[in-house]
Amino acid sequence: MSAAAPPTSSPSPPPRPAKARLPRQRRRASGPAVALLARGEPWVWLTGGTLTVCLAMIVGLMLLVLYQGLVTFWPQPVVRMQLADGRTLMGEVTRREADRSQAPAAEAPAPPSQPTAAADPHRDLLRTGNFELTGAHFAWVDEADVKQRSQPRWALVVERVEWGRFYGLPLAILQDSQPLADARNLEGPAQEDACRQIYTLFEQYHQQARAQRQRVTDLETHQIGQLSRQLEESRLTIRQAELRFGLNSPQHQQAAAEAQALRAGIDKQLADLREEIQTLKAQNARVQLLLATADGRTKSLPLADVVRLYPANQLTLAGKLKVYLSRWWEFVSAWPREANSEGGVFPAIYGTVLMTLLMSIAVVPFGVMAALYLREYARGGWIVSLVRIAINNLAGVPSIVFGVFGLGFFCYIVGAGIDQLLFAAQLPNPTFGKGGLLWASLTLALLTLPVVIVATEEALAAVPRSMREGSYACGASKWQTVRRIVLPRAMPGIMTGAILAMARGAGEVAPLMLVGAAKLAPELPADAAFPFLHPQRSFMHLGFHIYDLGFQSQNSEAAKPMVFTTTLLLILLVALLNITAIRLRSRLRRRFVGNQF
Amino acid sequence: MPPSKFAQPPPPEAPPEAPPESPPEATSPPEVNSPPQGAAAQPPALPGGTSSSLATSLHVGHVVTDADPKPPVIYETLRHEDNVLEIEKFNLWYGPKQALFDVTMGVPRGKVTALIGPSGCGKSTLLRSVNRINDLIDHVRIDGEMKLLGQSIYARDVDVIQLRKRMGMVFQKPNPFPMSIFENVVYSLRIDGERRRGVLAQVCEESLRSAALWDEVKDRLTESALSLSGGQQQRLCIARAIAAEPEILLMDEPCSALDPIATGRIEDLIASLKGDYTILMVTHNMQQASRSSDYTVFMYLGNLIEYGPTIHIFTNPRLRQTEDYITGRFG
Repeated sequence: MSAAAPPTSSPSPPPRPAKARLPRQRRRASGPAVALLARGEPWVWLTGGTLTVCLAMIVGLMLLVLYQGLVTFWPQPVVRMQLADGRTLMGEVTRREADRSQAPAAEAPAPPSQPTAAADPHRDLLRTGNFELTGAHFAWVDEADVKQRSQPRWALVVERVEWGRFYGLPLAILQDSQPLADARNLEGPAQEDACRQIYTLFEQYHQQARAQRQRVTDLETHQIGQLSRQLEESRLTIRQAELRFGLNSPQHQQAAAEAQALRAGIDKQLADLREEIQTLKAQNARVQLLLATADGRTKSLPLADVVRLYPANQLTLAGKLKVYLSRWWEFVSAWPREANSEGGVFPAIYGTVLMTLLMSIAVVPFGVMAALYLREYARGGWIVSLVRIAINNLAGVPSIVFGVFGLGFFCYIVGAGIDQLLFAAQLPNPTFGKGGLLWASLTLALLTLPVVIVATEEALAAVPRSMREGSYACGASKWQTVRRIVLPRAMPGIMTGAILAMARGAGEVAPLMLVGAAKLAPELPADAAFPFLHPQRSFMHLGFHIYDLGFQSQNSEAAKPMVFTTTLLLILLVALLNITAIRLRSRLRRRFVGNQF
Repeated sequence: MPPSKFAQPPPPEAPPEAPPESPPEATSPPEVNSPPQGAAAQPPALPGGTSSSLATSLHVGHVVTDADPKPPVIYETLRHEDNVLEIEKFNLWYGPKQALFDVTMGVPRGKVTALIGPSGCGKSTLLRSVNRINDLIDHVRIDGEMKLLGQSIYARDVDVIQLRKRMGMVFQKPNPFPMSIFENVVYSLRIDGERRRGVLAQVCEESLRSAALWDEVKDRLTESALSLSGGQQQRLCIARAIAAEPEILLMDEPCSALDPIATGRIEDLIASLKGDYTILMVTHNMQQASRSSDYTVFMYLGNLIEYGPTIHIFTNPRLRQTEDYITGRFG
């Protein structure tokens, strides 16, 4: 090329640069806008902006849940409001919203006369409690209707076992109707002293009353429960003998006679227990707290019915913190009360964790084996492609469909079959033939199976070919290679799949409604009673609990804050499970993958 | 990746495909004549006394088929060697594409035999056919015969797994398994179900000593093999390959992923293994081939071109084509 140029040196140079410049000019013709695009600045902004929006949404949601969840249990001051119509209300302000509706303002004659209300028209949602007296838990109060607001020093917030909260002023503490301390008919400092005395006495007696109440619950659930289990067992023995040897066969009669003897003993024990319970209850009823509501009515409360009581308007920061923490502790450790809208969610936490673990135990080996066959053994072809497509589609099936399948297949076919075979004596009461922990776990395992299969397949595919070849070259068989080289190396990826499956499974609600989650499960699905794990029992689940609180609760206004705390708890739980799994994975990764150079 | 050309600066005019075919054609027939039937153990009637006329006839036939080979030049000395491995008229296809054409050669016992040639000439394919690792690839078809100590490798009743246990292989990139150093070395024993700690420990130490790695890793045998450096990993792979006392050691460019110092160590190791082990090695590095091998095979486009003592191949090759490649004029 270069050798050809010199002879025709003078004519050739002019056309050549011209030729070369033309395309160059065409390329650069469009100026700074194109250059900007070419350098990619706008794409950086676009991608960065998208990420920011995503983050903002996620962080916003988390902050909302976090704030609402954390603030719920913080004790609020108790406000007494005297209204223009003569009523007096007392309670905690739970919400305040601007009153934009002009119509009520126009109807009521009061607002024009009150300049403050006109300046800042709003209304408060007052949690008034005292449901058995007023028939309402909450009341909306228009700022314009309030004649006077005050925070009585001795206004008490009472959390009760039943009927929701009670707001009132202390009058007296009674033992067998005799006042131990009395603030009635007192004024000024004397009343103050009496109130303090009542509060001190309450704290003194309350511990004991609660302990006795706990003992009653214990007797009722555990002792009586155990006895009735024995009764049920003896009934089942008779029934079994009847099923095996026929009615009135000698074995049947013998079983019946034994059961008769047993029953007599149990009846005696039951009577003793009932008596003890009666005594305890009577003792508990002796000490009562007499309270006055804001509108002057009096109410006496047995001390044992009180869960927590505090003078909201005198609490120091430490006192508030104490109430706050004790509420949180109750929330995570106690059973729910008041149709789940109060108390704790311990059974739900327990059920969620147990179900997620069972699900993982079911889905991981299953999915890994399926993926192993697909990736390692199946010959590539249209059938395998079809199977892959089907698996991916399975991930897109609405979860409720899995619930329907679980109910139809696991509960009504498999469960009913198990009942026929093993639990015939209990029929017609189903044992496995209804929703329960096992079926819920298996249904969710099915639901999360695609996640595990896809992740495992990818992990297997990512095992370097050189490693497999190295193993084969050492004379290893296919299975030895898979077992000793491929699986350990793919383990972190498989763990990723398991983590994703767990996160998905723990947060899933819809199928559970059909296959075993209950609003209130009387017993934990795993406890100290033989055989310790009861896979047939229905269980409580945090996700279902959220739905139940938010949309199925009678006192939904009171339950709403609980929705946030429960959500917060569920998120924390899922995060905890994930963090555990991720730590496990990173340990595996350090061990098996390493960085090559 | 172009094959590394040693010694000479890269000749600028070396397109990979076309040019090498023409110059050797002009010169090779007479050279084929001069060592008539240099072929090793069992060349069939093809190159006989009439090789000159046959070559010319082939040359004429060349107009039609381009890939048609000239008979390979195999040096006389190889006939006296005791071959561990015999390859007879071996052909291999990847799907419709033929990668090996009638390769016939023997691998002498206790010697290092290097396979050289430009990229894609079938060196690795040939090597990987010996222990049938190529079986793992779909659509591979073979024809011809290979014999390890007289036993057929490709016969129908051969247990591939048992066969591979008799060979060791070292790969291009170090591929230690995701387990401890100790477990890596004794892997082939483990899969045979060996559980006696004493035996395992002894084999591990012997293999690591043979692979010149013992002193560096003896205190960290339980650590992950992935924590070793690249060169150490490759020596570990060699230790793993010789732990099973193979009858032949296959090495597929064992140094191509290593730096010069690690390469030097591996070469020393190969030199020390010579005699005890029969080594068949693919290499792109011709200096390495000349330094560490006893025999060299030059392959081109799936054909065995020239096979002889390394010193001859590198100093005085009989074929122009080989010389061109060796001197870096193409490839």
